[in-house]
Amino acid sequence: MQRLSVVGLAMATLVAFGSSAGSADQPWDETLAAAKGQTVYWNAWGGDERINAYIDWVAEELEDRYGVRVVHVKLSDTAEAVSRVLAEKASGRDSDGSVDLIWINGENFATMKENGLLYGPFAEALPNFALVDVDGKPTTKIDFTVPTDGLESPWGMAKINFIYDSARTERTPGSIAGFLDWAAANEGRFSYPAPPDFIGSTFLKQVLIEVAEDADILQSPVTDDAQFDAVTAPLWNYLDRLHPSLWRDGESFPASGPALRQLLDDGEVDIAISFHPSEASSLIASGQLPDSARIFVLDNGTIGNTHFVAIPFNASAKAGAQVLANFLLSPEAQARKQNPEHWGDDTVLAMGKLSAEQRSLFEALPKGAATLSPDELGPTLLEPHPSWMTRIETAWLERYGN
Amino acid sequence: MAGALRQLTPRSPQSAPLDAFRRSLQRLDWAPGITLLLFLVPISVGLLGTWLPAFGYLPAVGREALSLEPWRQLFAYPGVSSAIRVSLLSGLLGTGVAAVSVVLFVATCHHRPIFRVIKTLLSPLLAIPHAALAIGLAFLLAPSGLGMRLLSPWATGFERPPDLALMQDPWGLALALGLAIKEAPFLLLMTLGALSQSQAEARLNAARSLGYGPFIAWLKVVLPAIYPKLRLPLYAVLAYSLSVVDMAIILGPTVPPSLAVLVFRLFSDPDLSLRLVAAAGATLQLGIVLGALLTLYALERLIALTARSWLSGGQRSAVERSAPAVAGAAVSLTTLLGYASILLLILWSFAWRWSFPNLLPETWSLRSWSNHLPDAGAAALTTLTIGAASATSAVALALACLEHEARANVRMTTAALWLLYLPLLVPQIAFLFGFQVFLSYFALDGMLLSVIWAHLLFCLPYAFLALSEPFRRLDPRFARIGACLGASPTRVFWRVKLPLLLRPMLIALAVCFAVSVAQYLPTLFAGAGRSMTLTTEAVALSAGANRRTLAVFAVLQAALPVVVFTASLAIPALLYRNRRAMRSGMSA
Repeated sequence: MQRLSVVGLAMATLVAFGSSAGSADQPWDETLAAAKGQTVYWNAWGGDERINAYIDWVAEELEDRYGVRVVHVKLSDTAEAVSRVLAEKASGRDSDGSVDLIWINGENFATMKENGLLYGPFAEALPNFALVDVDGKPTTKIDFTVPTDGLESPWGMAKINFIYDSARTERTPGSIAGFLDWAAANEGRFSYPAPPDFIGSTFLKQVLIEVAEDADILQSPVTDDAQFDAVTAPLWNYLDRLHPSLWRDGESFPASGPALRQLLDDGEVDIAISFHPSEASSLIASGQLPDSARIFVLDNGTIGNTHFVAIPFNASAKAGAQVLANFLLSPEAQARKQNPEHWGDDTVLAMGKLSAEQRSLFEALPKGAATLSPDELGPTLLEPHPSWMTRIETAWLERYGN
Repeated sequence: MAGALRQLTPRSPQSAPLDAFRRSLQRLDWAPGITLLLFLVPISVGLLGTWLPAFGYLPAVGREALSLEPWRQLFAYPGVSSAIRVSLLSGLLGTGVAAVSVVLFVATCHHRPIFRVIKTLLSPLLAIPHAALAIGLAFLLAPSGLGMRLLSPWATGFERPPDLALMQDPWGLALALGLAIKEAPFLLLMTLGALSQSQAEARLNAARSLGYGPFIAWLKVVLPAIYPKLRLPLYAVLAYSLSVVDMAIILGPTVPPSLAVLVFRLFSDPDLSLRLVAAAGATLQLGIVLGALLTLYALERLIALTARSWLSGGQRSAVERSAPAVAGAAVSLTTLLGYASILLLILWSFAWRWSFPNLLPETWSLRSWSNHLPDAGAAALTTLTIGAASATSAVALALACLEHEARANVRMTTAALWLLYLPLLVPQIAFLFGFQVFLSYFALDGMLLSVIWAHLLFCLPYAFLALSEPFRRLDPRFARIGACLGASPTRVFWRVKLPLLLRPMLIALAVCFAVSVAQYLPTLFAGAGRSMTLTTEAVALSAGANRRTLAVFAVLQAALPVVVFTASLAIPALLYRNRRAMRSGMSA
């Protein structure tokens, strides 16, 4: 019954937006017709099984509803797909590319946009884009300070938070400076994933924003080496002091976010870093963290961003990829994604733009024991320009990667 | 029959070239050529396609001037010297421990009851893919692993896992241990094969009757005789250990990783100019392997020279007492660790909450299996398809080549033999990038057929390894009787030789299948990330995802080859249940 009404809703949405909001050169029903029978190779980071399970669900729905076959090409780093498309462009393969849709944001998006590797603009012509909270969540149109220009379609909202086990740890730090004292008092009980893992890189940016003399400068691209060295000096100074009290004396680092959270569950570390505010609840539900796991954020706010999907310029199944991107924005798919029992990734939709029935999908979601309410989550800090991130990753490797 | 008819047909002069062609076809003259082509093309094209970028030539990214710049950048890249150190230490140590413990074990225990036990126990470990074993070993070695749980808190006092680098250690010792555990069964099996072909018993008896103890006797009269047959497997193990990627991702250090892993990451960096640096790194990896092989060869010569006086010296006693204990213990320990790793995989796949320091899970669940049966099942199906296709083609090609030898009455030269084993000696990372460029040039990358081709490369040497002895040892009188009864060579092959070879052929299929299942890099490079096998999934998940899920994939990955092996032993027993002599393969 629930399923039926949802399908009806989706269809109603299609009817409502189908004619008015279709792409300029191709009405939506033509896109749907072209998509039928296509296979979409969706290149998406595959390091988290809950996300993989969600993607499997999406694939089944697409096949059932639109006759579009979706294959999840699991990446260990999104850069792999960017690299593949770039190599295809370099070798003159301008059509029939091997990547149809990429889960992307930040520096990978910036690289692709800069090199003309993206198809579009297509995002704002998707029927469901009208439901996106572009005013309340400006990062749905500005990705790491770079305007999306309709070249990528928003998928979910991420925000840094920290997971700990309340049965084991009582006091948690409230700021980046506080982490230094906390780590000194709890030798070997904290670490962060080695950059370029995105959780590790984001932690470094969080540090930089708090220790930089003028964080606003990070919103513009890096101008030269001297500026980079001057602005990031406090970051390296901080890390030099932090590392000796980290796990493995800061000489070795976990490979990824999930690896860090496994260390938390094993009791090797006391704090793990997460990008999804409902992730801790979700992990409790899947038996990967104890029931006593909780999250905390920092007093002055933590970095938040939006993640997107984009279509490479030479994709083989562009219509199928757009149908997929549009489905990802549907209230049903967004609500399921936000459900901690499935993934726990916050929606990009504006509740005010939804019908009462669509809203009820979100209101019915279980909150989960470890999830904080939006006001408890504190302010959201903006991502620096991607040029900072790539440079920080290289500089980190030069300093600590030997 | 067809042959007999052809004899009777009058020959006209015009049909002579056609006739020669038919005869050449019948002699299977094409078989060695096609086989060589199938693996020489990927390797030579792949090596060239890696060397050119290493020296600055990669038109795809707009670099066409030859230069040493990629090498300069490689040696300036952060962590490269540590990466080389990790590769060398883990590769040499892993190979050394495996080889020395196996040789000492066979030398000291060949006449003891423990020998049979270990031999039986080690064979299944051979079929377990490297990645699955490494994952299980990680569950065992980690600070929160079973090893520490067994000792905690009663002996160590640890209520929580200690902050010790017991795996992914900066020196690569955990990786070396993993390699030793995985390679020891292979070397042992190769040693046993060599023993069966070199009248070891008779040599040993002669030496024993001269008053030598069993250990010294074995070292003096058996080892020198079998070493030529062990050289190739040993070189293959050394080359593999120095350049392994999947095991190094799981057990090796993260920052910086081993050289092969570092190069692998550079190949997929979005900064395309780094591909030149990666190509230089891949070529360096090739150089390291070649250097190590040459050093080993020189070492052999040196030992052969200096040991001559010892061999004929005639001392009788010395180490007879202590050596057996040490060697027996080393091999028993690696066997035990191997089995404990597999057991841990199974336990974790059924565990729900399992916190430190509990020895058994607090809660059990079938959820990991039921949740992942669809995706793991799909990956298993892909693995099965690729494995079956590459193993069948490898065995078919090997049989065609061997049958050609028989019909044309030629023997493979030593050079051709070494050529055949090239895929086992050249590090995968050193040519797969060039091969991928080649595939992508013809828009073949990402196709299942390309992945099968890449796997076939590594199956072929094993198919020959497993089939050539049984084939050449077939009693020629059977074929002669068939021919006397008027059967064509083709008919003799299908009706006489194949049934006689059923057992070794099925074993060859199983070995090739296991080799295919274990492939990680070839699947990724040739498959453009689209062919998801149990191995690629398991290695991807090992980056930190849920242990229970990882265990499900690893258990399936390990189970698949073991099931195929069991079947390859059971089928002849079933088919020939009424023919006792056929069950053993009739290969003597």
